[in-house]
Amino acid sequence: MPALPAPERASAPAIRRELWLRSMFDFYATGIRTQIQTQFQYPAATYMYTLGMVAEPVIYLVVWTTIAKSQGGAVQGIGTAQFAAYYIVWTFVRAMNIVFTPYGWEWRIREGELSGHLLRPLHPIHYDLAWFAGHKVPWLVMYLPIGVGLTLIFHPALHPRPLEIVVFLIAIWGAYLIRSLNNFILGMITIWTTRASAIFEVWFLSELLLSGRLLPLTLMPHWVQSLSNWLPFKWTFYFPIESLVGDMSNIELVKGLGTQLLWIGVCTALMRGAWKLSVRHYSAVGN
Amino acid sequence: MIRSFRLAALYFRLGALNELQYRANFFVALFQSALAVSVGLVVLALVYSHTTTLNGWKQPELMVVLGVQILLGGIIHATIQPNMQQLVDEVRDGKLDFALTKPEDAQVLISLRALRLWQFTEVISGSAVIGVGVYRIDAGLGLWRSLAFVALLLMGALLLYCFWLILATGSFWIVNMWFLSDLFEGIYQVGRWPIGVYPGWLRYSMSYLVPIGFAVTVPAQALTNRLGWETVVIALGFGAALVVFTRWFWRFGLKRYSGASA
Repeated sequence: MPALPAPERASAPAIRRELWLRSMFDFYATGIRTQIQTQFQYPAATYMYTLGMVAEPVIYLVVWTTIAKSQGGAVQGIGTAQFAAYYIVWTFVRAMNIVFTPYGWEWRIREGELSGHLLRPLHPIHYDLAWFAGHKVPWLVMYLPIGVGLTLIFHPALHPRPLEIVVFLIAIWGAYLIRSLNNFILGMITIWTTRASAIFEVWFLSELLLSGRLLPLTLMPHWVQSLSNWLPFKWTFYFPIESLVGDMSNIELVKGLGTQLLWIGVCTALMRGAWKLSVRHYSAVGN
Repeated sequence: MIRSFRLAALYFRLGALNELQYRANFFVALFQSALAVSVGLVVLALVYSHTTTLNGWKQPELMVVLGVQILLGGIIHATIQPNMQQLVDEVRDGKLDFALTKPEDAQVLISLRALRLWQFTEVISGSAVIGVGVYRIDAGLGLWRSLAFVALLLMGALLLYCFWLILATGSFWIVNMWFLSDLFEGIYQVGRWPIGVYPGWLRYSMSYLVPIGFAVTVPAQALTNRLGWETVVIALGFGAALVVFTRWFWRFGLKRYSGASA
């Protein structure tokens, strides 16, 4: 009996890898599809949630527009139309940034959900990623008329180059991944202490101030700007928004995507470590 | 009426006793309100590092607005929001029948049951911010203006209670209302700035559709010497109308409710 031809034997891991990729793809496609269909069942709920969410950028926009007008049309070179563009795109990026909240882990543990998760074959982050990715579609459909309304009211100045659009479309998913991973790591704290919410709040306040969520980072004091360069927050708000709204050079755009990739790598490693440690510490509650 | 007050006192005592079991939560709440105040002040500092007045309001005056918003937020978070959240949850889970079958008026009952005592820390931190703001305005504070402020503040709490109840009554039609707290919190942030800052369409909807303008800005106007009697009359008239409408809408919704547990 002659041995199997060498190439076939060599490609066995490759085939396994391809199968794995295909099943992961199936998993995500199904998860996203299910979530889209589920969310469309509750249009009123999605709409109300969206309305509550749009309040935040509209407030910022109105305040900064008022200031810009009182300063003769611009604050440090940012005019009313630029502010409008920033905060309208902001809303879009914010929607991409909705991920499983670390506060939710408390509920997961209390209700015994986490124990169920442990029995599943995939790492729990995949379920969250698929679930919230599916969430984006109904939200986007709901947001479009609101976005059009905001555009008509506030007249944003938005003239992106084709490359900026491409980078933006990639960067919002980069932001989604970074924020998902961050919040997953934060959620792990819940396994160690029941008073994790104080830590979450410090985190989210840092995010508010250092990410460009509150206002374009260029309006911050210089030391805050330099600090934000070393933290992940900026890459989940300011960079995606600015890639579309601002005029970054091609090099800056690519560098930005690279930094996002770096943060995804760092956060993935941290997330895996935190998950392993926490699961070992975890003692089940529930049925 | 007297019975309702006695019931309120009883529920308050019960809720307080319940919360007093978890004393460490007081420190968490204290920490959280300290954070909220610092962020509010940082935002004000950022705004005023780029301008000297915002639509005619100076920094200490906006501190008063911020303080009123935090103080009122404390009252809402401690007393109104937990009750409304419970109502919405119970409609969804079919447990509201237990409240409806009791001999007391249902609206009174569902508005009194829950209490989050530690959220009152926001009332303290909000008052402190108001105090510093008023001190820095340095225009003195007469007895009448203080009284007007307290009265308008209570009225603001009543308006926001009505608004919350109207929203929560909606759960008789739309059963799945998990988003209500998010919606309210989002919109309530509008009150952090004087209502006059907003463009007309938003200003009117934030006064008459959502009574945040009346609830937050008007009491702050009383403290910053910007209040005309016309505003007070309009606020009182609107408040009375809203209370009547809320009562009617609640009963209208209740009639439609058929229960889920039976």
